[in-house]
Amino acid sequence: MRVLLSILREMADLPDDPDRISGALNSLGLAVDSVVVSGESVAGVVTARILRTEKHPDAAKVTRCWVDAGDGVERHVWCGATNMGPGDIVPLATVGTVMPDGREIARRAIMGIDSEGMLCSGSELGLSTDSAGLLVMDPSTPIGRDPLVVLGIEREVVFEIDLTRNRPDCWGHAGVARDLAAHFSVAYRGPTLDDVPNGPPRSAPVTIVAGDRCAMFSAWTISGVVVGPSPARLVRRLELLGMRSINNVVDASNLSMLETNQPNHAYDAEVVEAFCVRLARPGETITTLDGQERTLHADDLLICDAVADTPVGLAGVMGDLTSEITASTTTLNLEIAWFDPDGVRFTAQRHGLRTEASIRFERGVDHNGHRDAARRFMVILRESCPDAVLHSAESVVTTDHLPAPTVIGVDADRVSALLGSSLDAPSIEALLSPIGFNCRTEGDTVHVVVPSWRPDCAMWVDIAEEVARHHGYERIGRTTPKSGAHGRLSTFQMRRRTARQVLCGLGLDEAMPSPFLAPGDLARAGLDESGTLRLANPLVAEESVLRTSLRPGMLAAAVRNASHRAERIALFEIGHVYPRGAGSLPDEAEWLCAITVGGGVEIAIRQWSVLSGALGVGAMLDQARVPDGLHPGRSASLTRGKTTIGHVGEIDPGVLHGIGLTGPVSCLECNLSVLLAEDPKPVQAATVNRLPSSDLDLAFIVPDEVTAGAIHRALRQAGGASLVSCVLFDSFRGVSIGEGFRSLAFRLRLQGSASTLDDKSLAVIRDACIAAAVRLGAQIRS
Amino acid sequence: MGRSDASRNDDIEAAVGDALGQIAGASTLEDLRAVSAGLTGKKGRLARLKAALGGIADIEERKTLGMLVNEALATVTGAVAARENELVRTSLAARVAAERIDVTEIAVGAAGSERRGRLHLVTQATERLEDVFIGLGFRIAEGPEVESDFYNFEALNMPPSHPARSMWDTLFVETDPPGSVVLRTHTSPVQIRVMQEWPPPIYAVMPGRVFRRDTPDATHMPVFHQIEGLVIDRGITFADLAGTIEAFTKAFFGSDFTSRLRPSYFPFTEPSAEFDIRRPDGSWIELGGCGMVHPHVLQAGGLDPDEWSGFAFGFGIDRMAKERHGVADLREMYSNDIRFLGQFP
Repeated sequence: MRVLLSILREMADLPDDPDRISGALNSLGLAVDSVVVSGESVAGVVTARILRTEKHPDAAKVTRCWVDAGDGVERHVWCGATNMGPGDIVPLATVGTVMPDGREIARRAIMGIDSEGMLCSGSELGLSTDSAGLLVMDPSTPIGRDPLVVLGIEREVVFEIDLTRNRPDCWGHAGVARDLAAHFSVAYRGPTLDDVPNGPPRSAPVTIVAGDRCAMFSAWTISGVVVGPSPARLVRRLELLGMRSINNVVDASNLSMLETNQPNHAYDAEVVEAFCVRLARPGETITTLDGQERTLHADDLLICDAVADTPVGLAGVMGDLTSEITASTTTLNLEIAWFDPDGVRFTAQRHGLRTEASIRFERGVDHNGHRDAARRFMVILRESCPDAVLHSAESVVTTDHLPAPTVIGVDADRVSALLGSSLDAPSIEALLSPIGFNCRTEGDTVHVVVPSWRPDCAMWVDIAEEVARHHGYERIGRTTPKSGAHGRLSTFQMRRRTARQVLCGLGLDEAMPSPFLAPGDLARAGLDESGTLRLANPLVAEESVLRTSLRPGMLAAAVRNASHRAERIALFEIGHVYPRGAGSLPDEAEWLCAITVGGGVEIAIRQWSVLSGALGVGAMLDQARVPDGLHPGRSASLTRGKTTIGHVGEIDPGVLHGIGLTGPVSCLECNLSVLLAEDPKPVQAATVNRLPSSDLDLAFIVPDEVTAGAIHRALRQAGGASLVSCVLFDSFRGVSIGEGFRSLAFRLRLQGSASTLDDKSLAVIRDACIAAAVRLGAQIRS
Repeated sequence: MGRSDASRNDDIEAAVGDALGQIAGASTLEDLRAVSAGLTGKKGRLARLKAALGGIADIEERKTLGMLVNEALATVTGAVAARENELVRTSLAARVAAERIDVTEIAVGAAGSERRGRLHLVTQATERLEDVFIGLGFRIAEGPEVESDFYNFEALNMPPSHPARSMWDTLFVETDPPGSVVLRTHTSPVQIRVMQEWPPPIYAVMPGRVFRRDTPDATHMPVFHQIEGLVIDRGITFADLAGTIEAFTKAFFGSDFTSRLRPSYFPFTEPSAEFDIRRPDGSWIELGGCGMVHPHVLQAGGLDPDEWSGFAFGFGIDRMAKERHGVADLREMYSNDIRFLGQFP
């Protein structure tokens, strides 16, 4: 939203200092995005007459101009524009001039011929955005003068304000000026409304059918109109505010809206004699001012010509083409209405038509501002149309849906307690009154009448914010809560940090792939794609599936790095997955995934051993439950009872082939939400057994279908309390062993708990261990 | 002393002389062990001389000769030990000399390029922020990333079709009815969950991943991270908010940084503010939004606004990492390129 300092200063005696205004706007919550000064005289730029022009045979894009700047010296200037000719008066920036954009005009040669200055466009002088050609002035313009002075152009300061949604009033200059006036403790006058003669009673009848959507409709008849151009000052104001000048009537309509925040529409009174406001009928169409024919929705509100019962405007959004003001229009029916904000918003959304009017109606305009707006329209119109008359007997229709005045009882102590700043009822009143909140103090309570232009204020806290804004946020003290709260990480959070540190310690870098997958990504990773959730409105189809596994993202990261010929690709991620749940929300869980390119299953198991040891968690390795997408013969599930809490193994060679990675690629995955769900109990210290221990090596011939894990488990059970460790130290196959078998050698360390084990006890344990392995189908090797 | 005495003395001296010669001649530890066993063992010359002592009738003579034999044995044992020391030293020196390698070969090889993995910049920034807030008395709360409309909007004072909902470009999950499940557009839903689950007083920060329907560019990502703070207690004031923001500013950025609040608007706070951080050079960074928790939000969290008040604040984490490390383009932070990830210890 742009505002002009000149208009603000018409409404209140504000300082003529852009920096101070900017600072005030920011501290009021009207954040200034930019400040542009336009029409400031540029020292060194003077009006000059073009004496003659000539093309140079070797310079097609530039023209040689000889100019007279009134100082008796004929200057030669090269010029890139084409819209000038002998006799034209144009601005000349003489050598040494510093232009508004900072560049200095130097004597510059083209083809060895000096240019003694530069002829300027409007935009080069900071006047407009139109840089199509030189600013050509009337031939009667005196030369050697400041072009801005001879054109009567004044300095304008434009503030671009990033308006928040709680300030609908500031979509008009009046709202901004009112806030600034209060801030600078000067009187707020508002837009000038005097000098509007009332003509004889005359008005256009108004019928509101859809009273819930249009709570107020006023029609004002204005005669004596001569449609023509607007004065240059108004055209410039409109342009600086981002709008285009159309004609004096449309310009008055737009300017009065920009000043008062009352969108309005002027109809030719010959065309629209009476108004009717109703919802659209099935199949009804309208051709809006932008030339688009639009098929209307049953919830679209229309302003209709009551006589013909045809739409003349999409209410609150845009007028239609047929009722547009024409050159022959002499009498206007000016519409200023109040429409339901949501209704306008939905219509604007449905038709993809966001207009200056709809933006304002959506946020809420003042339902009491129509009279002032009509008068302001007249003041502006009469600058070009001094005979225009506003007729009395205005036609204003309201319905039960007009917002009722809001009165809020505000407790001064409560406001003080909320802000942490001591403010009594009179101080609160003194802060609120200047911005139009009428107050009546009763003891500690201030009864505040919210002005009709502030529909955002509904509760006492909204009033507290107004108090704080005008008291000044910077004047509120700084305290810290007197709390006995202690900060710390939860056990889960601490252990998750440990997990990250452990994986980093193992040499893995933390990656953060997107949680969005392309359709097919899961399938390409060998994973089940059913049970996924999809985005209803993805940015691109490639990011439309919510991941149910971290693996596809990690594989993509591996592929990406491999394509850069990275030497060592070892990555992990800890992040959420979102499989479809029983209700509408997914069964979100936090997983860990680690992959190492060039590493086999032994890498994944080593990583799991270190990680699970660091976290103090355990799981069984179940090779019978083959995880999807992993090597069927080189992977296992990590299980706890019947629950799978993760996987270790190698990526399936088929998957690797599909994504273009050469293997092996190890993969460790676990569900941290489950794994770290319970806080670990402190481990109780065991006394170190200082008795001598004995090592016992047992080698078995084991059929392939019996796992080392099973033998290991059997040995541990048979060894009982005396077996302190049992490690597989050798595994081999060979002709001597036989097809379908391999030799597994375990080293068992045995240690008595009460006394040193004697040979007899060792033999008993040895026999029990062998028997246990044999029961599983193993044979002891001699 | 008779002749036989003298002859025995000679025998001892000769045996010692011979032994010392053999010991000196042993060139390896194995040789020395063999030599030593022969000299000091039962069958050695000195042992035999010792055994022969029994045959001497004269007690004094036996005594004297016995002492001489024992001295001789001690001399031999001492010489063995000395020679052993010498041989060990020599062999160690030889081993050390033989084992010499060019250590820089290893340093410039694969072992030298081994490195610890690196935490992602976002994790690093998150942990630094968490640690500062822990120091200020906050705990860390987390919540789901896929949220119901209720937690993301409605409970935050944005009833269905509230116009302020369009302040966020929301990504919706395909559901029936449509629009009921969103990818959270901010970490604020966690405020509601914390209010519902934790008994007040509440001092919590809520870091996490958030989503917007934004086309990625140098400064925007559709998936990014925020940290949200929530304080609920009795008698919490706007001044407490300003003071807490200031305390955080000094703790996180440094004691020569300051903060300011500017009025702003968020549906879930009233009054609302933007907060800016002032660098020591006088320039400002717009950091995030904050405000006093709106009574409707307290109610949605199951708290009585007449009893409890509080403030909330939030800002982006990614930008912290971006500015700290001078990352030119946010997209690079999410490229998962090891050449990028590996830079930040």
